[in-house]
Amino acid sequence: MSDVVEKTLTALPSLLSLDSQSGKLSSSSKLGNLIRGITELTSKHDEEKLIQRELVSIKEQVSSPNTSMRQMKELMVRAIYCEMLGYEASFSYIHAIKLAQQGTALDKRVGYLAVSLFLNESDELLLLLVNTVLKDLQSTNLIEVCMALTVVGQIFPKDMIPAVLPLVEEKLTHPKEIIRRKAVLALYKFYLIAPNQVQHIHSKFRKALCDKDPGVMSASLHIYFEMVKEKPEGYKDLTGSFVTILKQVVGGKLPIDFNYHSVPAPWLQIQLLRILSLLGKNDRSMSELMYEVLDESLRRAEMNHNITYAILFECVKTIYTIHPKAELLEKAAKCIGNFVLSPKINLKYLGLKALTYVVQQDANLALQHQMTIIECLDHSDLIIKRETLELLFRITNSQNVKVIVEKLLEFLRQSKDDYITIDLGGKMQPDIPNSFLRLLSEGFDSVEENRQLRLLAVESYLSLLQDRPAKLSQRFLQVISWVLGEYSHLKEGLEPVTVLRLLAPLLDLRQSSTETKSWALTAMTKLCDGPACVSVAQELADRHGGSLDTVLRQRLHELQHLAAHPELRTRVLPRNVGLEPLEVDSSLSFLDGFVSEALAAGAAPYKPPHQRQEELAQEKALSVEPYGLSLPLSMSNCSVAERPYPTALSTSSGLSGNSTELSHKGGSGALKLEGVKRVWGKEGYLTQTEAAVPMEEMAQVEADREKQQLASSLFVGLGSLSSTGLCLMGKAEPTPHRFRRRAKGQGSSSGTSERSSPDSGSVPPHVDSAPHLPLDLPANNGAQEDLGEDMSASLIETNGMAVVDPDTYIDLHDPDHVHLISSLPGELSALPRSEITPLCSHASLALSACHVQTDRSALLVVFVANTSDSAARRFVLRMTSGDLEYSLIPSRPSVHMELAGVASYQLPDGEPQSTQFSYTLSLTDFIRPLTVSTEEYGRLWLAFSNDTKQNLRLLSEGPDPLRDTLGLLRDKLQVHIVDIIASEGIVACQLLQGQPCLMHCRVNAGCLAVWLRSSLPELPDCLLYHCQRALAEH
Amino acid sequence: MRFMLLFSRQGKLRLQKWYTATSERDKKKMVRELMQVVLARKPKMCSFLEWRDLKIVYKRYASLYFCCAVEEQDNELITLEVIHRFVELLDKYFGSVCELDIIFNFEKAYFILDEFLMGGEIQDTSKKSVLKAIEQADLLQEEDESPRSVLEEMGLA
Repeated sequence: MSDVVEKTLTALPSLLSLDSQSGKLSSSSKLGNLIRGITELTSKHDEEKLIQRELVSIKEQVSSPNTSMRQMKELMVRAIYCEMLGYEASFSYIHAIKLAQQGTALDKRVGYLAVSLFLNESDELLLLLVNTVLKDLQSTNLIEVCMALTVVGQIFPKDMIPAVLPLVEEKLTHPKEIIRRKAVLALYKFYLIAPNQVQHIHSKFRKALCDKDPGVMSASLHIYFEMVKEKPEGYKDLTGSFVTILKQVVGGKLPIDFNYHSVPAPWLQIQLLRILSLLGKNDRSMSELMYEVLDESLRRAEMNHNITYAILFECVKTIYTIHPKAELLEKAAKCIGNFVLSPKINLKYLGLKALTYVVQQDANLALQHQMTIIECLDHSDLIIKRETLELLFRITNSQNVKVIVEKLLEFLRQSKDDYITIDLGGKMQPDIPNSFLRLLSEGFDSVEENRQLRLLAVESYLSLLQDRPAKLSQRFLQVISWVLGEYSHLKEGLEPVTVLRLLAPLLDLRQSSTETKSWALTAMTKLCDGPACVSVAQELADRHGGSLDTVLRQRLHELQHLAAHPELRTRVLPRNVGLEPLEVDSSLSFLDGFVSEALAAGAAPYKPPHQRQEELAQEKALSVEPYGLSLPLSMSNCSVAERPYPTALSTSSGLSGNSTELSHKGGSGALKLEGVKRVWGKEGYLTQTEAAVPMEEMAQVEADREKQQLASSLFVGLGSLSSTGLCLMGKAEPTPHRFRRRAKGQGSSSGTSERSSPDSGSVPPHVDSAPHLPLDLPANNGAQEDLGEDMSASLIETNGMAVVDPDTYIDLHDPDHVHLISSLPGELSALPRSEITPLCSHASLALSACHVQTDRSALLVVFVANTSDSAARRFVLRMTSGDLEYSLIPSRPSVHMELAGVASYQLPDGEPQSTQFSYTLSLTDFIRPLTVSTEEYGRLWLAFSNDTKQNLRLLSEGPDPLRDTLGLLRDKLQVHIVDIIASEGIVACQLLQGQPCLMHCRVNAGCLAVWLRSSLPELPDCLLYHCQRALAEH
Repeated sequence: MRFMLLFSRQGKLRLQKWYTATSERDKKKMVRELMQVVLARKPKMCSFLEWRDLKIVYKRYASLYFCCAVEEQDNELITLEVIHRFVELLDKYFGSVCELDIIFNFEKAYFILDEFLMGGEIQDTSKKSVLKAIEQADLLQEEDESPRSVLEEMGLA
């Protein structure tokens, strides 16, 4: 069709000069004359003159009493045209209303059109229209009713809705479907403007949903979509109906009229899919109703047309939103792949968008398409680039944050669009601005580069502030304030007062938070130099001094004071020494006098939050368990599924990054990598190894080493999730961790000799990446009398995999599990470990476990014993945990961490059996000493913001209470004592994967005042709990 | 849908329909900015744009740009088909439509749009019934009108 249009258009000039040869154009029409007149003009100025002349003549005619309604209609059309060209014709508004009131049906239509184009919802003239609309709604002429409904759905303001609502409502039962449909849509519009006004007609909406006309039914879905979005739980009962409707539509049960390019009612399908995704979100039973029809939709939408892609896209979105089903997810993932790999740019864009949407649930998918993503990053279309950055932003973790921020900045430098800049700037979540600021302040090795980077930041931020700071996000404004405060002096010729004047408006912005205002004021304080600045400070103090916000007043006061005393300012806020650690009395000892005075005056001593909570819990109910689970912290562990950002996935990635290197340390015993496909090495992506990336991508990869480098730096941290066939324990949904192996031959000799055989360390671990091999447990009373077989399976943290150690034979009749200890793998027996605790015993299976602490990991050793007379088959052990990552890495610290599992097996003559068990680990199992120097300690201390303070019991028996107490903590909790100076001591430890926790202790009035700080918010509180326990147990 | 715009390659507005309350000043500003952005895009580029807080879906038919602004979570592809269906309707009504038809009969184009979309949502997905509604209204006009109506002068009715 567009060809035809093109053809017609090439004839445009001739058409205009040769008087209307296509019958459609009229030379005599006044509108035609006007249009032609404008087309002939060359300059904007001429056009303006012509239109003004035209408007004057229209104005004359509309106000003349002799103008007929028909002429009026023609005048209105011309007035609309002038307005469309950007010239105001407000004199005609009232006449448009008159035309709608008085004209015949045809005139009315133009009148209503003019009204809806001229008037805004807030225009008072609309009041004059109410009566006309009411009259037309009651008209017997269908067309008039339609017009009235259309205008009602177009511009009616909130306060005029009640006037027409009863009549519109009445139309829901009109015999004509077109009227019913328009009435439903008008009500939809009302719902959007004023939901409470249509509350009472919900039952009528249900009737509309069941309307025999599909048009009316699909119109009602718009309302349902909004209502379900508002309150999904209120409409769960309709899920079945929506599914049935969708089934019918997909199955082609609608009249052929509703087909669009031979796809049945695509708009209806998409609307239903959107509603279903709302209903199925976080609701397993509802989601189960949908699986079938979603599968059907995916299957049917095979034709290669835009419209089927639209349905597919919506389908994929729904599948990823509702309660997951592995089979559907797989199909949806394939679908996304088709989008991403499509040569059509629109589909590629949607593919990226879909990836952005699902990447939090399935980081693997982004990995599969990494090379496409890298290509899109360099795409000539900014929109594609922008979406790619959005995707990268979602997979940001601690390892790739630098590369991604660099990419973002690169984009920002090129981008001309304010809005995108702001959006991306605003996207910087707390960790990104912080690392960005650190990048700026710590910089690179080269002084010159640092200077340039800072200067660039200063310049770009200045221009942003000059433009429209109101549009910038709070976080971004804070970054801007800090950077300007620190570095604006680098820009030569820039007067501090100029910056001050740019920052000052931030205080006036209504949406600025107190935090932002404080940042801005601090920046100003840093810059305040010279008399001009002092007067600005004075102005600000006058204007905002009366603010109700104490923080703000405090900052203002500081600004004013320091502005007046430059020498004091240079001491308080020295320039260019941002990196030198400031001497801070971190224990706030200067307040001790104040505290003791307050205590003496009867004030309650300070209690840290966890202690308060504990006391609160004890007051409320009798705690059955003395410790542990009653703590709110351990209960508040959020499940892995809820975690919105991929940081959780990254915890083990630092380790996976080193996988090659580590694998060379054969025989170390702790690391067994055979069977794992290595994709990520130290240098990045390893092309030579078997990779998880599809082959066709591999082909592209070979040529372009640079892109791989980029890929490896961008996708680092997602790597450990790729490649292995194993699913990872603790990950939100699909498959729990499993490890299976075949037992060793039954002819082996006795247990201990087996243990000492050299294969304990060097033999490849028996993890089957092909999970179908059954594991058989030989009989207890097999060939060897009294010898059962036992195996220990340890989860080795470093590669995120389960490893099953070689068998051992042990005597099960020993009641004390002493033999179990002897069956620990040799390299583990020397390490500190917990008691072996029985997990469960079930019929002929006995499980027990202990955990072993190594320097780099915590290992869980599970002993499996078959106590029956016959060999058990198909032994499977699955473990899940909400508290721990798949490799015994705490997903977030808490006092205790729970691990649950299921063991199943089958005896030859019996049914399959299964039994559940759980195992609790304490935080202390994951705490390791952190060896740092006192200087490093000082630097770390300042970098952390999460802290807790508490007074602890001091062991006072010995001659040196502080040393004794810290020594006890060191022995019990494996912390490192960094230094002890007089009555103060500093202690450092870290969580397994490296998050440090620092403790500052000071002897004060017979107590040990400790102050803990860490990068993790939960860690100080949890550690404090264990310190208390350790001291209490002593 | 927030609004729909039709404009020519030269940056002349041909039709505008706003489905949410917007002040005149904002409208003018948005139209001007958006036209600039869209016209600057090359033919092989993506039909979707993120612009301010909106998603813009546009398509060029000959010298006319059809441009819709939808919400972030809306389906872009189906919006593209909304545009296409509207063009199909215009085409069917005018009989191989061209920009001139829309210039000279823009009020007709508005009527068709109003019959097709209401409150920013698709009103009727069936092409036949949209055109039937328009034709009925037109028919009514003819009965109503004296023979020399303005529309007839223009050769339309």
